[in-house]
Amino acid sequence: MLLKCDKATLGYENKPVISDISFQVDASDYLCIVGENGAGKSTLVKGILGLLKPMSGNIVFGEEVRNASIGYLPQQTDAQKDFPATVMEVVLSGCLKQKGFLSFYNTKDKEAALVNMHKLGVGHLRKQSFRKLSGGQQQRVLIARALCATDKLLVLDEPVTGLDPTGTADLYAVLRDLNEQYGTAIIMVSHDVRGALPEVRHVLHISFDTVFYGTAREYRDSAFGKQFLGGVNK
Amino acid sequence: MIRILQEMLGYPFLVRALIVGVLVSLCASLLGVSLVLKRYSMIGDGLSHVSFGALSVAMALGVAPLKLSLPVVTLVAIILLRIGSGRMKSDAAIAVISSGSLGIGVIVTSLTTGMTVDVCGYMFGSLLAMSKEDVALSIILSVIVIVIFIICYNRLFAVTFDESFARASGVKVTVYNMLLAILTAVTIVLGMRMMGAMLISSLIIFPALTSMRLFGSFKAVIISSAVISLICFFIGIICSYQYATPTGASIVGVNLVVLSLAVIVEKIRKEGQV
Repeated sequence: MLLKCDKATLGYENKPVISDISFQVDASDYLCIVGENGAGKSTLVKGILGLLKPMSGNIVFGEEVRNASIGYLPQQTDAQKDFPATVMEVVLSGCLKQKGFLSFYNTKDKEAALVNMHKLGVGHLRKQSFRKLSGGQQQRVLIARALCATDKLLVLDEPVTGLDPTGTADLYAVLRDLNEQYGTAIIMVSHDVRGALPEVRHVLHISFDTVFYGTAREYRDSAFGKQFLGGVNK
Repeated sequence: MIRILQEMLGYPFLVRALIVGVLVSLCASLLGVSLVLKRYSMIGDGLSHVSFGALSVAMALGVAPLKLSLPVVTLVAIILLRIGSGRMKSDAAIAVISSGSLGIGVIVTSLTTGMTVDVCGYMFGSLLAMSKEDVALSIILSVIVIVIFIICYNRLFAVTFDESFARASGVKVTVYNMLLAILTAVTIVLGMRMMGAMLISSLIIFPALTSMRLFGSFKAVIISSAVISLICFFIGIICSYQYATPTGASIVGVNLVVLSLAVIVEKIRKEGQV
């Protein structure tokens, strides 16, 4: 078990945004979190990252996650698009977590960064400027950065937003590879339910009044899933 | 040009101006990269106007300008940052605070000394402004700014590049934003006598913008920013000495030319790629 959410209620200033959420993420699991805008997906991500304490219930982390923490891919900001930094500089910043007060990187950090860049097929770009990469390459670089924090559990917030269909398919392939070959557990928040569904093992659907948690197959067959998918998978 | 520089070193007040200028240019250019990338350029500009208000009040009260401006500007920097994350639109807040303190400054000066040549010096920079005490304080504070910057370099990079990721990595993002604002406030107060309160923010913004046109790596941008800032400072101060133009204005002029050159270089490079 890497992460267990037990009847957790999350919110701000005593106003619950999502309540009574239960799900579990095991080693090499692949979970997709879907739901309407404003239903509380980002709030849940904050809870998973430990930035927001549950108002009631529990979010418990497994031993491996507690020690190495979580690799996180946030939604991209506009400022990043023209940011002057090399791929190496960006990926290295993923090693920051393990650093003390003097936050300088050593050879071990640099090796880890290189290994993770190669895993994602961006090793040859390491001296390139981040802003010159395509959207899909940028996402790969940012996932490599997240892997520097840990390779046990990745949390991805809308990873395919803004990517073209080829880029999206590429990214899913990269994630599948990480999940199957390296056993990295993945939690992915996504709008792209149709694209994500064949990839993932479990689905957590958060709606304003109801919550669904089950396997991808169960989700496809549920009334809930059918409605959300709009009858595409007939 | 070397001859002029040697001649300038013969005057103690010019030596003081050169020392402070070099240090302030360094601090400003280092911090500037983060500020520009975080879209905080306007905070620097707002703070420089606040420093003018504080300076005028200090002169009217007969207090040493640095001693009053330093806490006031630092406080405003923290407030501006707080507002930025709160409800009021931060650009409007900056406009209110910056024009407000400019107004107060002008009222206070006209009631006391009147709008004299001195006031022109505050606004656009003067070589004659630095006292021995100012120099000592400037050296100490700028060394602190530079040391903190180097120690926190990787964290500042993380916070500048991606606040969400930095926060998830356990970096106290608010603390580092605050640190950035405070260091900026200190730099602005140190530089305002020589650069002029109206123009000090250019020292923060120009070298960073120029370097971002030329380089694609964060480290290269930081280093080039420092180098460009120093070069522009020396050329500017020599022009100021030679033609008796206000120091700050001369340095801004040089920076503007360099930025224009960088834009042209960038254009040519892009065309070369196509």
